[in-house]
Amino acid sequence: MSGDYLQNYAPLLIHLLVAMGLAGIILLLSTIVGYHRPTRAKLQPYECGVRPTGDAREPFSVKFYLVAMVFILFDVEAIFLYPWAYIYRDLHWFGFVEMLLYILILLAGYIYLWKKGALDWNR
Amino acid sequence: MSNLVAQHPVLVVAVIKIAVLMFLLLTALAYLTWFERKVVAHIQSRWGPYRAGPHGLLQPLADGLKFLFKEDVTPSGADRFVYYLAPFLTLSLSLTAIALIPFGPGEFKLFGQRTSLGIANLNIGLLFLFAITSLGVYGVALAGWSSNSKYPLLGGLRSSAQMVSYELALTMSVVGVLLLAGSFNLREIIAAQQGFLWGWLPRWNIFASPMPQVIGFSCFFTAAIAETNRLPFDLPEAEGELVAGFHTEYASFKFAMFFMGEYASMITVSCLATILFFGGWLSPFPQIGALAWMRYLPTALLAAGSAWLVWDGIRYETLLGKIVLPVLGVVLAGLAVLIALPGANDFIQGPFWFLAKVFIFLFIYVWVRGTLPRFRYDQLMAVGWKLLLPASLANIVLTSFAIVVGKR
Repeated sequence: MSGDYLQNYAPLLIHLLVAMGLAGIILLLSTIVGYHRPTRAKLQPYECGVRPTGDAREPFSVKFYLVAMVFILFDVEAIFLYPWAYIYRDLHWFGFVEMLLYILILLAGYIYLWKKGALDWNR
Repeated sequence: MSNLVAQHPVLVVAVIKIAVLMFLLLTALAYLTWFERKVVAHIQSRWGPYRAGPHGLLQPLADGLKFLFKEDVTPSGADRFVYYLAPFLTLSLSLTAIALIPFGPGEFKLFGQRTSLGIANLNIGLLFLFAITSLGVYGVALAGWSSNSKYPLLGGLRSSAQMVSYELALTMSVVGVLLLAGSFNLREIIAAQQGFLWGWLPRWNIFASPMPQVIGFSCFFTAAIAETNRLPFDLPEAEGELVAGFHTEYASFKFAMFFMGEYASMITVSCLATILFFGGWLSPFPQIGALAWMRYLPTALLAAGSAWLVWDGIRYETLLGKIVLPVLGVVLAGLAVLIALPGANDFIQGPFWFLAKVFIFLFIYVWVRGTLPRFRYDQLMAVGWKLLLPASLANIVLTSFAIVVGKR
């Protein structure tokens, strides 16, 4: 089993390191080779040529938080579907009915969200 | 260290395979940009890149050099560490995802080690692939935040919300495939699609017998286009409103790294669509005597390509083209002969069909970009939450029902 792990996961780790190394080298190369002649105006945040006003690190729309929260809820539920799908052929009708109940509960929450307008961007 | 290598020649083989795959992937990335510009240009009745080398074939190289020597600007208010981390994450993660893709069924010998096409063959391949690709959202979100500029911030926010929304549909849409295959291993998912319905229709998941995964595939591919931030879902970089979105403040190769990451993700997603819904390396033609000549299709295609290159090269305007194109044609002809040889011919079948299908998906990506206008942001969110999510849930229920009923 351990040999199996080495055979499968070690190449993946090496691949990850190679990819990171490659990205790192490219990043380093572009900072070394590219020329640097900074001026104050050049380093300003881009605002279509107009002098920048205010700071970009300001509070932003709460809708984005809402989307993130709803995503967490549904994604955790989606992950439960994966192991179920894996052994579904052994579960037959039992698995089907159980998952139907699960999806119905999920659907209830989904309809509630829809009715509350959490899915409407323009509200 | 040397002891480790001596004891595990597997690792040496793996390093060689990784080096070859990386080289091929980076070349493919570079020429995908060329291909996209050419195809979009022809859709719009233009010629596309034509100056750098014959047919603009040296354009990717010229672009790369230009990116490398451009001024490297870091805006004054940027959070430096995160600002550099973002493109690094985007590129390294999208280059890693390709390690899990199996390219063919065949095995070959390298230093006495039998090894297969593909770097890692995991039991949880699909899950792992999703884990890596979903980390991609960090690159975009961090890039948008760290630039300390308003357009990137807006682009990054939009993009995070979009990727997060469509990821849900993406994960849900493949559950149908998992139900049919009963495995997370990508090789086993392909193996489960072997055979033909009524002797001629391939049993790929898109046509599979209890419940064809048409809904699943539609949801998957739509969500995948949104996940890779491509048109018509490229809101994060909508030029008209956000300048360039999350990478507005990036210059030189850091800018290019986001693009390389995007194109690498496109390739990964196309591979995944091929594996999950279109039978991976399986040939669409049944193994019957009347179709035995199909095994020489790769040779025929390469030969046709080589003939065209020679014919076009002779008439090409520039001297460089007159030399390079026919030489390229001769190389292709040599390759065509090589893969017609008995041993190589068997080996090439799987990778050929795999790459052909991947190429079709890449073409569709470009085609969609050349054809469709961009969504409005509220429309985008509505499609993700109100259409794709319920559709993929319905697909799960229908597929599981069809499997249970089909068992009787």
